[in-house]
Amino acid sequence: MIAIVDYGAGNIFSVKNALDYLGLENELTADAKKIEAADAVILPGVGAFPAAMNKLCESGLTEIVKAEARKKPFLGICLGMQMLFEKSYEFEECDGLGLIPGSVQKMETPGLIIPHMGWNKLEYGTDCPILHGLGDESYVYFVHSYAAVTEEKYLAAWVEYGGRVPAMVYDGDTVYGAQFHPEKSGSVGLQILKNFGGLIR
Amino acid sequence: MLAKRIIPCLDVRDGKVVKGVKFEGVRDVGDPVALAEIYNEQGADEIVFYDITASYEKRGVMLDVVRETAKRVFVPLTVGGGIKTVDDIRETLRAGADKGSVNSQAVKNPQLIKDGADIFGSQCICVGIDAKKIADGKWTVYINGGRVDMKLDLIDWVKRIEQLGAGEICLNSIDADGTKEGFDLPMLRAVCDAVTIPVIASGGAGKIDDFSEVFEETGATAALAASLFHFGELTVGDVKTHCRSHGIPMRIK
Repeated sequence: MIAIVDYGAGNIFSVKNALDYLGLENELTADAKKIEAADAVILPGVGAFPAAMNKLCESGLTEIVKAEARKKPFLGICLGMQMLFEKSYEFEECDGLGLIPGSVQKMETPGLIIPHMGWNKLEYGTDCPILHGLGDESYVYFVHSYAAVTEEKYLAAWVEYGGRVPAMVYDGDTVYGAQFHPEKSGSVGLQILKNFGGLIR
Repeated sequence: MLAKRIIPCLDVRDGKVVKGVKFEGVRDVGDPVALAEIYNEQGADEIVFYDITASYEKRGVMLDVVRETAKRVFVPLTVGGGIKTVDDIRETLRAGADKGSVNSQAVKNPQLIKDGADIFGSQCICVGIDAKKIADGKWTVYINGGRVDMKLDLIDWVKRIEQLGAGEICLNSIDADGTKEGFDLPMLRAVCDAVTIPVIASGGAGKIDDFSEVFEETGATAALAASLFHFGELTVGDVKTHCRSHGIPMRIK
């Protein structure tokens, strides 16, 4: 079972719809025991970083999420991906989960529209199991104004938007983060979620 | 590189697609969910449902359509028409839409844009505009499906809605709409120059070159069409292949 962490932030139903469509057993939950018992965990999120971290803290799930992320396949989506990092500077300096070294900062793309919204083409970096089988030309759907700043070795995919924008980060073990919305990225996004489901042993 | 988007729009009344639709192999051509699936297959980057249900009480029917579509179509969904309050936006998003599009009500009550953006985020708030030319380089905003002239200057209005936190503008030209003579390039240029949020071109698409032209000649980030796709004159895929051959970045399925 894949636990979708329901801490009151964002449109989690789309993620559930996509997993249901793929036939991957899942449950929206804020129950620490269920997250512990799950085979894999998805951390969704839309909105502002400090508000989302606060909500996660208020749900009493921060420590359990940190611990479980090291034990089983763990995917952060959009703001959930940004929360994997050590710090964010959205509105104020705010600590993240610290699962991947790096920070989250306002995008600097002179002459380009912010938010970075729409479909952009993945360019591949370090090998990442959940990006396997996607083909050369894979577009995924983004909506964000802040972006991760991290070391090259964690960068599994990026897109070009006034420079390299991290799209998929991977710690090389259990922690994955998608800046885009796989649940809104058509067949490419579904393949990524299917690959993620396939990590469950 | 960010792709330009091609967006089919479905006009829905009481849960059925309104304009005549011709597709081979589809039994119920009036079923919005089935059509959304077809457009998804063709490579639509986003799908817009425009609710023209006359009675406010029947909004629930539209929400059911969104709910069913969201279970089968995994691209962004926008719902417009009949959204009057923050609660309407909330219900729309909860049903599985990614954006709510407000039009007449935003003109009557601009605070709706700000409240919606503050609560749900700018990315969820699209402002639809119907505008008509009154002189060279000058347009006014209409409401109620293009029937009532609000004597509101288009450029003043788009600047205002950007300040209020709108995430996107869907700009429909009343002059171009239905003519099939191409998008309203002067109006689109003027609006794209006035704001930094994404602008969707709407109204006037009649042939495949109209799409490449709007992306080559204006700053529009997306182009929307309804009847052209419904009548099967062009597929979304045809349009995208054509635009790409003009060097315009497109996501091809």
